[in-house]
Amino acid sequence: MLNQTLLETPLKNDHIGRGARMVSFAGWTMPLHYAGGILAEHHHTRSGASVFDTSHMSQFRITGSGSASGLDRLMARSTESQPPGTCRYNFLMNAAGGIRDDLVVYRMAEQEYLIVGNAGTHRSDLAWIQDSLPDAVKVRDESMETGKIDLQGPESAEVLNLAGLKPATLPAYFRWRRLTLFGENVLISRTGYTGELGFEVYVPWVRTPEIWERLLENPGVQPAGLGARDTLRLEAGLPLYGQDMDEDTTPLEAGFETLVDMDRSFLGREALVVQARKRFVGIRLEGRRAGRHGMAVFSEDGERIGTVTSGCFAPSLGYAVATAYIVKHSASSEGTPVLLNSRENGLPGHISKLPFYESGTARIKLL
Amino acid sequence: MKHYTEEHEWVEVEDGVATIGITGYAAHELGDITFVELPENGSGYGQGDVISVVESVKAASDVFAPLSGRVIASNRMLADRPELVNESPEEDGWICRLGEVDESELDNLMTEAEYRQMVSDLSKD
Repeated sequence: MLNQTLLETPLKNDHIGRGARMVSFAGWTMPLHYAGGILAEHHHTRSGASVFDTSHMSQFRITGSGSASGLDRLMARSTESQPPGTCRYNFLMNAAGGIRDDLVVYRMAEQEYLIVGNAGTHRSDLAWIQDSLPDAVKVRDESMETGKIDLQGPESAEVLNLAGLKPATLPAYFRWRRLTLFGENVLISRTGYTGELGFEVYVPWVRTPEIWERLLENPGVQPAGLGARDTLRLEAGLPLYGQDMDEDTTPLEAGFETLVDMDRSFLGREALVVQARKRFVGIRLEGRRAGRHGMAVFSEDGERIGTVTSGCFAPSLGYAVATAYIVKHSASSEGTPVLLNSRENGLPGHISKLPFYESGTARIKLL
Repeated sequence: MKHYTEEHEWVEVEDGVATIGITGYAAHELGDITFVELPENGSGYGQGDVISVVESVKAASDVFAPLSGRVIASNRMLADRPELVNESPEEDGWICRLGEVDESELDNLMTEAEYRQMVSDLSKD
């Protein structure tokens, strides 16, 4: 990746104008945080409403005869049984039962889907989907045609109301609608990555700065960067691809056994029937000091039982939290004590249920 | 008079006791500080040894002892309020105090003017 030019979202200049600390992320230059810092952005998202630039994420439109059945075979969860108008969290699979990417599938019509995935897996997802679907199915990469703004926080519905979208027009949880926002025809879904009530807004690339600025004209809306996005999603127990799951992790190991219908035929299903090797767990630390990706996890009697995948100080909780994979045979009931990083003087904690933060507003009823 | 290290620690020696901390530049670069590991009283450190760890939401960063010495106090306020390092890095956000220091080691450190120049050069990158 050295010397490679970083991709820029349509909002890059707006970020710099607002004093953002820009960092390289998955080949893109992205805001880590703005002038107020990560903690302030985190707290504002839990109490008010924040906008996040997520234009770096991949977007593929799948159309044509055979889309529904073709896509259905590539994913751990059915896309064919998904009604138009809905969004579904899903896993693009490899033949070994591993996760090529975790993504959200929007069913737009009988034979039309929009797939929104991670920036880091953009190219491999695209090549894989194109190669794996029947020739009659068209795969269109819209990643750099459509900008994306996540409006997240308990006040986010009110922000859209004030922008002219009546409450009754807003999509329900994990549903999407096409609506007119600030004069622009946009796709809005009630989805997100923070554990709070929120919406993801898809805007034509060149119009993204205008919609972003208009949303920020509301004094209750603040911009938030990737730093707060990470602490928010981790408190909410939401995994990050490449860190908490990868091609060597199955959706069952990642904690999604209740979402995957094993009676259905899909790529990698046979591999999933074999017993899982590891289990995804939450760990609550006793102090403020954070565990970090790659740290060893030890049991109380000093046995190496796993590895930390994500960790941070949890701003809404006041202590540090982590997620980890631990070997399947090891005790993992809630409250089981563990040590991170060292047998002798590691960071003490215990297995905790996910999400860590339980007061999130993501699923509240609006009407 | 304060002295500074290239790793952005500051030290001020008064009556044979050295107070140390990290600079405003370092605190700003780290971002919101969420944890400071405080050294134990009585522990001895050589100049340049890791004496503390400062963690922000973004990263963990070692703090190196600007002088040799033995810890005689650490800033207990930071246990509950690590953000003091952001708010007042070179006063209320001090990390610890060392006794038994060798003041001749100050010659290995930067003066305030030299440090400000270094930071100003860094900011141009």
